[in-house]
Amino acid sequence: MLRSYVVKRISIFFITVFVAVTINFIVIHITPQNPVAVLMGRLAARGAMVENGAQLLKFYTERFGLDQPLYVQYLMYLRNLLLHGDLGYSLAYFPAKVSAVVLPAIPWTLGLLFFANLVAAIVGNILGALAVWGRAPRLFTWVTYGFMSLAAIPFYLLALILLYLFAFLWPVLPSSGAFTPGSSRAFDLATSFEFIRHATLPVLSVALGLIGFWALSMRGAMASVMGEDYLTYARVKGLREPTIFFRYGMRNAMLPQVTAFAIDLGRLVSGQVLVELIFSYPGLGLVLYNALRTGDYFVIQGVVLFIIISVALAMLLLDLIYPLLDPRIRTASAI
Amino acid sequence: MSFYASSEGVAAAINRHATLWIGVLFLTIALLPTIIGPLFVEPVQGEVLSDIPNLPPDLSHPFGTQSEGRDVLAVLMRGTPATLAIGLIGGGVALVIGSALGFIAGFFGRRTDAIISTVVDVGLTIPPLAILILIGASFPVVSLLAMGIVVATTAWMSSARVIRAQVLSLKEREYVRVARLSGAGNFHIIFLELMPNLIPFLAANFVNAVTSTILASIGLEVLGLGPQQSRTLGSTIYEAMYHTAMWRGLWWWWLPPIVVLVLIFLGLFLISIGLDRYANPRLERH
Repeated sequence: MLRSYVVKRISIFFITVFVAVTINFIVIHITPQNPVAVLMGRLAARGAMVENGAQLLKFYTERFGLDQPLYVQYLMYLRNLLLHGDLGYSLAYFPAKVSAVVLPAIPWTLGLLFFANLVAAIVGNILGALAVWGRAPRLFTWVTYGFMSLAAIPFYLLALILLYLFAFLWPVLPSSGAFTPGSSRAFDLATSFEFIRHATLPVLSVALGLIGFWALSMRGAMASVMGEDYLTYARVKGLREPTIFFRYGMRNAMLPQVTAFAIDLGRLVSGQVLVELIFSYPGLGLVLYNALRTGDYFVIQGVVLFIIISVALAMLLLDLIYPLLDPRIRTASAI
Repeated sequence: MSFYASSEGVAAAINRHATLWIGVLFLTIALLPTIIGPLFVEPVQGEVLSDIPNLPPDLSHPFGTQSEGRDVLAVLMRGTPATLAIGLIGGGVALVIGSALGFIAGFFGRRTDAIISTVVDVGLTIPPLAILILIGASFPVVSLLAMGIVVATTAWMSSARVIRAQVLSLKEREYVRVARLSGAGNFHIIFLELMPNLIPFLAANFVNAVTSTILASIGLEVLGLGPQQSRTLGSTIYEAMYHTAMWRGLWWWWLPPIVVLVLIFLGLFLISIGLDRYANPRLERH
């Protein structure tokens, strides 16, 4: 049973990658705008880089084999992409490759994602668990409801409100970028402090919206743990309340959280991309926005493909790890 | 026969569905500028250069004007219904596609189910905004209708999954078997036996699909990929950001569309919780 689950899960990943890659190919071939021609026009209007432009046009004609039948073009595209990981050239920064534009942005996006989730998971899980823990004050239930309402609001609206409050009305935090322009950077305390200050608002925008999500699913998980005998046993043994809460209650309720997280990963990543754009944070969101404004078609495709494939990969890994974490699922043929 | 025999019963029911009504209230407040706006400004004041740019709010312009000389209240009067229209079109299309496929998968099972379920799994893996950006960057979306339909193509999967699970459990019920034994066809069973039981689920799914559609469409609009023919709340925010309204202190430009959107999202969220309780009475206990 477990084996067929793994096979099914892995095949869904490969189908997803195949579909994403194919949609990319189809879209570029039926779009009414020819990205290369658009670029040539722009270059000609600027009267600059025409040599490069001619080189680019020749390159793309050969590269996509524009005189070849469609299926040959498709196979060439698949070969370049899957075997060489080659996404082509950036139109705005030619002769830079798409990967040279996209890759430097990835650590920033992953970093934001990680810290926002860390903050949200810690706060959200504890709040959600306390909301159903009978001996905790009712206040926690109301705070949980508050965060659940925030979770209904898109990250980028929260981001705009935070930007206004903490960078404009009460300017305690920087409004954009990952560092102050022109500041010196080193592995020292001042640089770390500057880095943290710049990351605070983007992290908060995502974290505030996520706390409710974690709290909600923890509340459900904790509610199902509440009636268990081992909690009564722990009380009878005379353990301290915090010990019972963290070691016996939360620990057992944590597990289903992994799957809950996997389900919403796509929405989380696309929401965060928009937050980066609002704070001009140098992640994928900003790269995407600049590419959209300059019509840098292949960079847009590169970012989109990267997001789809990495989300699919993360969901696959979470789904595969989950059975390993839970001995009940590992041994029984529950799936 | 009445559901609420006594006045106490009515009070209890209202209490039980308080979230639903608060949600409706939020949506109504979100629509207030659109409803009473025409008392203060003419819709044509939403056009470029209809007045002096950057005026702060006063009696003749309750929400001020923005940098192109549009009256912000008049912009809201157009943008709010436009955004809601995208949501309703997208949510409707997504619900129809999703529930049709969910019904087919759950009802016919076997290979049909396997194919549809795989498509749904793959669809749920791909972040909607990613595909929409690709489409939006290649084919400029022109109208509200096009926007709604494009977004709907990425919003139907969760409806399909939920409806499929419901049909799987419902079709084994006694009354469905009785209907089948008495010679009822598939059509009869789907529309007369299964469908009426699923109405609360369909309603909850519709609200969720509307929410996803508005969420995705605003996301596209904030990136500058909105419908070109109409102004929506999202494209108003995009323009305000583009013209750096926040740094120039023009809070009356960017704040109203955000407040209206927040009210819409909160309203839809509360309505969805309310409908969920109606659809799953067992949730009541928590």
